[in-house]
Amino acid sequence: MTTQPVQAIHAQGLEKSYKMLEVLRGVDFDVARGSIFALLGSNGAGKTTVVNILSTLLKADAGTASVNGFDVATQAADVRESISLTGQFAAVDEILSGRENLVLIARLRHLKDPGPIADDLLDRFSLTDAAARKVSTYSGGMRRRLDIAMSLIGNPQVIFLDEPTNGLDPQGRIEVWQAVKELAEHGTTVLLTTQYLEEAEQLADRIAILHGGRIIVNGTLHELKQLLPPAKVEYVEKQPTLEDVFLAIVGDDGKDGDAGNERSVGTTSKKQR
Amino acid sequence: MTTHFFGDTAVLTGRSLRHITRSLDTIITTTLMPLAFLLLFVYVFGGAINSGSHSYVSYLLPGILLITIASGISYTGFRLFLDMKSGIFERFQSMPIARSSVLWAHVLTSLVANLISLMVVVLVALLIGFRSGAGVLAWLAVAGILMVFTLALTWIAVIAGLSAKSADGAGAFAYPILFLPFISSAFVPTKTMPGPVRAFAEHQPVTSIVNTIRDLFTQQPVGADIWIALAWCVGILIVAYIFAMTIYRRRIS
Repeated sequence: MTTQPVQAIHAQGLEKSYKMLEVLRGVDFDVARGSIFALLGSNGAGKTTVVNILSTLLKADAGTASVNGFDVATQAADVRESISLTGQFAAVDEILSGRENLVLIARLRHLKDPGPIADDLLDRFSLTDAAARKVSTYSGGMRRRLDIAMSLIGNPQVIFLDEPTNGLDPQGRIEVWQAVKELAEHGTTVLLTTQYLEEAEQLADRIAILHGGRIIVNGTLHELKQLLPPAKVEYVEKQPTLEDVFLAIVGDDGKDGDAGNERSVGTTSKKQR
Repeated sequence: MTTHFFGDTAVLTGRSLRHITRSLDTIITTTLMPLAFLLLFVYVFGGAINSGSHSYVSYLLPGILLITIASGISYTGFRLFLDMKSGIFERFQSMPIARSSVLWAHVLTSLVANLISLMVVVLVALLIGFRSGAGVLAWLAVAGILMVFTLALTWIAVIAGLSAKSADGAGAFAYPILFLPFISSAFVPTKTMPGPVRAFAEHQPVTSIVNTIRDLFTQQPVGADIWIALAWCVGILIVAYIFAMTIYRRRIS
């Protein structure tokens, strides 16, 4: 690794359809090395599809993408060496203990001393007391923490977190946020998807909104806030929150549905821009 | 890519073997049905069945062993399905490991799990009077045939586990296989059956496998049956393997 590309993730013109349903219709974005990038969108907007393409689980119908300088289609093995994926559902082995889960991943990453690596991560994620317990007895927050700990094994340079706090209680959410912030401080590039606007606001250096199969906005929180006209002063001036920005750009989003609904709102995206 | 194939397969097999040793109930449930059949046929129907010269337990055991395997592989499909469903499959696929090792781990685990179930069934059969004068070589031959049969059915289970939409579907494919021994020489001699049924029974894989194992147990010459049995097993194995791998490649790309 002598000359590292500037961008940790580069996606250009990504398209993907499932049968008749066009999920991605030309997705472009870049993620700078060592930054936290949030992909924001409603359920079914295609966030997971983007993550799956970037993590080599899915082939795009069109477009190119590279992670850590490697093409996801032609250099998939190199991409897999550089990344780690924490999917939407905690991908942990319920029957194994927390420590065994970590040792398993360390072995699969062909690391020398799986034991100490596991113990170190257990400590870092406050799971030492539960290390020997079956994961099926863990709480949602503990499971997610273990899930993220498993993703850190082997120090991958790029980490994908697909809705990392989905289904967590506020306490668990804060724990995960803390973990993500620490990651970025260590220089890891993080791409996280979320439908919680506050999460993007809290964590991300840059935020992109995926809607109607395209990235319709991409910028820092500050830039995104500029997109709204200055708040009209009536009695109290109120800065628009990211939630306001999101809803204004996305349009009527009262119906928050699954993949099937996505097309119906998709057509409004271009006009709004 | 394939440099880590054996290491990765070993690690992943260790993982799924732990699933089995930690939930021994799956072994118990897989052996329960074959054992029930064994007892039912020996102590209830057996008296009315004229199987020839041997004791009925010894006559019946080969078929029961095949039923044990058919019942065991439904768990293989089920375990694979759970992995696919839970997200851990995707985690493995996004890691720098030999990708087919994920499947092979399930296949090897299936072999071990079925071996344990088979031993349990043989032990019970010994308790209720099964005796065989077969030597070490004959026992090894029996074990070999059962292993190839397990492998063949396991790859069918892999197809089911990869393509099932629900946990029930991942196990249900085993039912037709489970009933094949009933229309074979496993329980009664085929010559007692009416023409078309007999024709089917004598030309389906179970009969040749059952006859071979029975001959090995009773120290009879196995004749051509062993080759027919092996041809069936290897044939099913190859076809199922190719199908499973095609589906697998489609799933992971």
